Amino acid sequence: MRATRSLEIGTGLFVILGLAALVFLTTQLPNSGLKLGFGQAPGYAVTAEFDNIGDLKVGAPVRMAGVRIGDVTAVGFDNQSYRADVHLRIYPQFSQIPEDSYASIETEGLLGGQYVGISPGGMTTYLKNGSQILQTQSAIVLENLINKFFANFSSGGSGSSGNGAKTPNQSQNPQEPHP
Amino acid sequence: MSNGVRRGAALEGVRRFGVTSIFFVRLLAACLPALARPRLIVAQIFNAGGRSLIIIMLSGLFTGMVLGLLGQSVLERFGAETALGTLAALALLKELGPVLTALLFAGRAGTALTSEIGLMRATDQLTAMEVMAVDPMSYVAAPRFLGGIIAMPLLAAIFDVIGLYGAQLIGVQLLGVDRGTFWSQMQSAVGMHDVTEGIVKSLVFGVVVSLIAVNEGYQSEPTAEGVGLATTRTVVAASVLTLLFDYVLTAAVM
Repeated sequence: MRATRSLEIGTGLFVILGLAALVFLTTQLPNSGLKLGFGQAPGYAVTAEFDNIGDLKVGAPVRMAGVRIGDVTAVGFDNQSYRADVHLRIYPQFSQIPEDSYASIETEGLLGGQYVGISPGGMTTYLKNGSQILQTQSAIVLENLINKFFANFSSGGSGSSGNGAKTPNQSQNPQEPHP
Repeated sequence: MSNGVRRGAALEGVRRFGVTSIFFVRLLAACLPALARPRLIVAQIFNAGGRSLIIIMLSGLFTGMVLGLLGQSVLERFGAETALGTLAALALLKELGPVLTALLFAGRAGTALTSEIGLMRATDQLTAMEVMAVDPMSYVAAPRFLGGIIAMPLLAAIFDVIGLYGAQLIGVQLLGVDRGTFWSQMQSAVGMHDVTEGIVKSLVFGVVVSLIAVNEGYQSEPTAEGVGLATTRTVVAASVLTLLFDYVLTAAVM
């Protein structure tokens, strides 16, 4: 009796483990709404709207001067402004980011994934939970750049006209807010 | 003279193949009465699966760690370390998980099945069952066969998950690939069909390996040497057929 009991427990353990692994593989790996096991670190939420986020995905890092300061928690679409609505979570120790900071979508290396880069502004009030980064720059779509370059190159020589491939994907922000 | 020997060996190979095929059909027929004794199947799931758990988990961990190490060093040259998660997931799900699990399973559980049944044959236990009007096919062979088929996909899934965390351990914790991108790139690149492919493969491998193991034990010569030879044949035939079916299945889903 003891022997069959421990055998049944062992079998149950193995089958439960196996089924748990199967459930993990079928629900977590293909892109589904379920959250993965990595811990949700604390932090404050910030939003930013972009004209074009390119290939940015949930979980991508948010970087400032190359240092990771947070991650992308959600990517949505704004029906009024027709822009991408990106939710960021900044780790609590980075609490002194100026309110007029500038967010852009950048690429790691030539083939790497995309991330949100933040350049500091000059204000003395800081981003806090719920605030929005107003100045943003879209992802640079490489194909568009190349298209612009060739269009410019074939029609009327290189660099003769002023409206060349200089600002292909800049959003409508009036000033050039790089520090 | 030697021509005749060669012809005899070829004929013997064909005969063996025929014996296995006939045994497969008999085994399938014996599966239905075996389902009436679920306790026997449960015991075999534990024998085949539960006892292979540790070796599968260890192998999965190290396979994943190697994937993380090599994948990172190659992808880094192109500045594409963020694709490490995708690489590890696809390699594990579609190939390494099912195939390595089947090979390890053949070595760990397959040999045990063959020698157990072979020894039953050698000590006339199977004949004794027949005398007592207990069908050894449905009482001995079929539960072991079904247990192997049920255990294999579960083992492969465990192998995959442990392997992924092994790749993450090396890639993220040790070599500094970003954790968020590791998982998010993986999730966006892996589709449900990749997971299904792995499960189907491991099911087929489960049938192949269990069939060979049970068959070799059942047909083994009732001597000490015969049981040893049958065990060797199980490992060789199961490994080669696993890789052959792996190619066929991969080509089929392409």
